Amino acid sequence: MSTAIDELQAIIAELKTELEEQKTATRNARDKIEHMSAEVVDSNPYSRLMALQRMNIVKDYERIRDKSVAIVGVGGVGSVTADMLTRCGIGKLILFDYDKVELANMNRLFFTPDQAGLSKVAAAARTLSFINPDVRIETHNYNITTVENFDNFLATISTSGIEQGQPVDLVLSCVDNFEARMAINAACNEHNLNWFESGVSENAVSGHIQFIRPGDTACFACAPPLVVAENIDERTLKREGVCAASLPTTMGITAGLLVQNALKYLLNFGEVSDYLGYNALNDFFPKMTLKPNTQCDDRHCLQRQKDFQARPKPVVVVEEEVSNEPLHASNDWGIELVAEDAPLPAVDATSKSADVATGLRLAYEAPDKLDTTSSAAETVVGDGAPEASLEDLMAQMKSM
Amino acid sequence: MVDDSTRKTLSSIPLLQIRAGPREKDVWVQRLKEEYQALIKACSYVENNKQSGSDWFRLESNKEGTKWFGKCWYMHNLLKYEFDIEFDIPVTYPTTAPEIALPELDGKTAKMYRGGKICLTDHFKPLWARNVPKFGIAHAMALGLAPWLAVEVPDLIEKGIITYKDKC
Repeated sequence: MSTAIDELQAIIAELKTELEEQKTATRNARDKIEHMSAEVVDSNPYSRLMALQRMNIVKDYERIRDKSVAIVGVGGVGSVTADMLTRCGIGKLILFDYDKVELANMNRLFFTPDQAGLSKVAAAARTLSFINPDVRIETHNYNITTVENFDNFLATISTSGIEQGQPVDLVLSCVDNFEARMAINAACNEHNLNWFESGVSENAVSGHIQFIRPGDTACFACAPPLVVAENIDERTLKREGVCAASLPTTMGITAGLLVQNALKYLLNFGEVSDYLGYNALNDFFPKMTLKPNTQCDDRHCLQRQKDFQARPKPVVVVEEEVSNEPLHASNDWGIELVAEDAPLPAVDATSKSADVATGLRLAYEAPDKLDTTSSAAETVVGDGAPEASLEDLMAQMKSM
Repeated sequence: MVDDSTRKTLSSIPLLQIRAGPREKDVWVQRLKEEYQALIKACSYVENNKQSGSDWFRLESNKEGTKWFGKCWYMHNLLKYEFDIEFDIPVTYPTTAPEIALPELDGKTAKMYRGGKICLTDHFKPLWARNVPKFGIAHAMALGLAPWLAVEVPDLIEKGIITYKDKC
């Protein structure tokens, strides 16, 4: 009896020390910081970011604390994106994902094997708030494409800004399927929210980001998705037995391009790319801009296009440095500038695929909009059939 | 892209006309009626033409038509293998195809996404995209699920991952 008690006491003592170790590990996390300081000391987590101001890259870096970003999909790209924005001191992150962490995800960055089984949003929120407790993190563990969740998704992105009731400043799509991208597209067109689409190809050797400003640039439904041409011979491409490959490198690079452009947009520095591709096989980065399709299937997109046309365009002020001194004091060689009036090369606009930049192609050729009439061979639902109610049809199907 | 057998299957299923998703409550009811009419045609076509193959699926939905469930069968060496089907109608339907899932095969084949959603990326999604809004659930079954079963099920049986006794 007494030996049993001793044994139990020993076990309790052991567990106590273990618990204490765990507690100290988490206690090492820092407290919240009221204001970002530019002071250069080892203990300041923001000193290197605030240095961007002194180097004249960013004006007023601390504005990042007033920004709220929604990340949809917390997988290979989304988790790294969230990590980067957290380390940059973003004000608020809203994470959406319905998946769980699996050991099969360990070839990617961010998640650790001990998190297997946890929901991706919960696991991410824990790590992120440990890395930077100043960031407010909100999680949503559901599939945004289903009818019952979509309205909640819409409400969240249009009210979860830094100030409750305001929309988020930016939506980042880090999902891995067409359905979810189209759902985000529909939501952002409806609420006029700017968003970045991102993606990595199924064979893991290319990636892309695309900036969508409803009405201004092409929405995701305006044209078939643009993909980075990999110049791989289709016949040598083996697809049997696998659905998708992934590399931490391609995902990390894509997340880096995504966050870099998100920061440029949020903090207003540099030039934000409308479309940027990455071909990992030959390190090629095609870049282009896509105009919205005036025959887009999304009616909200058409409305946004109208709004955009009606809005006065911002006038780009080019600051010219005026110097009173002559450009060159002397011109011994008599060098002068000659106007170059060579005509610009004509662009072949007849082929749709010709409209995309070198190194890019459309995922498929869009169906011809004008060809809406069905050919005679096609049968159409309801041909000559008497009108039946939905209940009748459901019952008929069930009884078969 | 579209071969003869696909064209033949296609001609047996009537095309749909109404472009409406589950968020457009009123028009969706009209679309849903079209979906049911096409499904009934697709099933009775098979009943009337036994030589073209066996009767191979049954589906029903909740009353909003947003959640679907049912069964499908696959004949292999004169044995009938049966699987449960389930899928949601996404908010972006019919621009995007339904993601058909066979939950009991989840984790048993690489050609599947989480939750047992079958991989349709290569053989079906580009075809669907070019036929919006004319394709419906009946087309997804005949041109998406059927070819998938034809490739995957014999392979799974051969590997011993699924056995006939399972389904007795």
